[in-house]
Amino acid sequence: MTTPANYQDYVATHEQAALRLKDISINYKAKRGIVHAVRNISLHLNAGESLALIGESGSGKSTLALGIVRLLVKSAEISSGKVIYQRDGKTMEVLSLQGDALRRFRWAETAMVFQAALNAFNPVLRIWQQIWDTAKAHGWRDKKAVRKKAMELLDLVQLDAERVIDLYPHELSGGMRQRVLIALALMLDPQVIILDEPTTALDILTQRTIINLLRDLKAARNFTMLFISHNLAIAAELANRIATMYAGTIVEIGPTDEIFYHPRHPYTLGLIRAVPTVTGGFEKLESIPGSPPDLIDLPTGCKFHPRCAFATERCRLEEPVLEKIDEDHYAACWHWRSVNPKL
Amino acid sequence: MITAVDSVSISIMPGDIVCLVGESGCGKSTMGYMIAGLLPASDGQVLFKGKDISQMNKEEYRHYRHNVQIVHQDPYASLNPTQLVEQMLMTPLLHHRRVKNRAEARAKAAELLHIVGLTPPADFLVKYPHQLSGGQRQRVSVARALTLEPSFIVADEAVSMVDVSLRVSILSMLTHLREIFHVTFLFITHDLALAKYFAWEEGRIIVMYLGRVVEEGPTQRVIQNPRHPYTQALLYAVPEADPEIARTKKHIELREADIPSLLNLPSGCSFHPRCPFFQPGVCDVSVPELVPAEGGGRVACPVLNKAP
Repeated sequence: MTTPANYQDYVATHEQAALRLKDISINYKAKRGIVHAVRNISLHLNAGESLALIGESGSGKSTLALGIVRLLVKSAEISSGKVIYQRDGKTMEVLSLQGDALRRFRWAETAMVFQAALNAFNPVLRIWQQIWDTAKAHGWRDKKAVRKKAMELLDLVQLDAERVIDLYPHELSGGMRQRVLIALALMLDPQVIILDEPTTALDILTQRTIINLLRDLKAARNFTMLFISHNLAIAAELANRIATMYAGTIVEIGPTDEIFYHPRHPYTLGLIRAVPTVTGGFEKLESIPGSPPDLIDLPTGCKFHPRCAFATERCRLEEPVLEKIDEDHYAACWHWRSVNPKL
Repeated sequence: MITAVDSVSISIMPGDIVCLVGESGCGKSTMGYMIAGLLPASDGQVLFKGKDISQMNKEEYRHYRHNVQIVHQDPYASLNPTQLVEQMLMTPLLHHRRVKNRAEARAKAAELLHIVGLTPPADFLVKYPHQLSGGQRQRVSVARALTLEPSFIVADEAVSMVDVSLRVSILSMLTHLREIFHVTFLFITHDLALAKYFAWEEGRIIVMYLGRVVEEGPTQRVIQNPRHPYTQALLYAVPEADPEIARTKKHIELREADIPSLLNLPSGCSFHPRCPFFQPGVCDVSVPELVPAEGGGRVACPVLNKAP
């Protein structure tokens, strides 16, 4: 079966997807005006797949993730769209969930793993107390069972469970904290795990441990992963599919190898050309000129045109939508035919 | 007491590009601060043009401090939020009498902004830091470091907080500075790929682990033929922005995932509890010395490199 030419139709054909976003827009109210952080994003996440949302600061990737789990700050508003979640034949409309149903969705169905900064934990509570508090909030009453499950999971993320469970957050290294957060996310066997910058601010050897751990955990428990990163390397290591975000919207999406070896959006190409690798010889790198746009006062037409070498009059006037390039590969660029990574 | 840097001896020649790499806690930033004169060494000497900086007279010390400048990691913390860019650049020029009057100072400030790629300079002179992006702030930090025409710049993780798409342009700008001003660079980073990119042609890489230098050598030799197990582990562990490389790259399995505490360092080679090449009775007994490595530089591993 070939994929539809229209991206919206393409997303719609994935009726069984674990998570489907339809035309999501999220705005923040600021003094200067409205911040258009996420603009008309449609996206599906099939059960068992691993999708990377790649973008720089201000691209809207974190806002989108927080929107999915309904953890946005008060000044943010989801101004349009739907989030449809499915598991074992039951369907939920995430944006209309309230109270207990929302709380259940947030951990038992979709769990979020935040960047392992100290502030993801309460500094005055031992790890066990935080786990127990969270479990209680989700209706667990059997302390012994929770502790047993917690120990199993800490063990699964290769921590010394006996010792770690009674420590305070500051007694753990960054890598250990990240592993505790991953274990905590798995407590209620969620189908989807959203990871926000899972390896940022960690040392290289620790990053490697976390990457390998996520890969093994995914193989063993077959959850669905959505991760957000500015780091292309994490996407190359862990994703089946990659979506590139720029100025609040998806500008290109496709299978990992397609995105890396046949990018068709000038921004994706620019990102790939800007990142050096260690193995292999010396590559000539280029950075993308200019800076990311002001989300309150966005450029007209294609939001990337002021920084784009391919830009023409049309790009200044009309914003392109995602267009089919190849099977499962879509890009939003008027000139994608001219964007050739070989040049 | 924490020994952040332990008995390190390195020399940097005029015009060198040296990358100091290692993970957090390895002492690389402490080294940078000592070299820039911001932190005294508990023991040992920092020599600038052959003179011990702690023994310098006032005039010599002033000359040294003017010549060695540092660019800090965080462009959000290192610029005074209440000052305009022109104030930041004009103040040192006027204070050190590099210019005759304010008009000249402003012209010089504009010239510096031009050099670091903030054009047209007139637009940037009258901006506050909060009106600039991360990349632009870091360029202002570099311009400020250039006000006194230094011969040596310590760049401490100078691009780690800058967006990916802009990093390369800042690195190219630094390379360009080296070409026009013959500035010597000590580039401190945890990112081996950046070090490789910055110092590929004629630079050197120094690898530190828990306060000690474990390996140093010409960039291409260190990257292509690492001789210390820690350097090898680091190189193989780096996540690569290329799916094919990510799939096929070899990996080193460490014996212990977590890094030891600086408060309780292992005996002998501090890497021995994690090292896959560990030999009892050799590695845990004495601190290995740096010996010449095949292909250039020095390495401190008695197992992989027998002293000649």
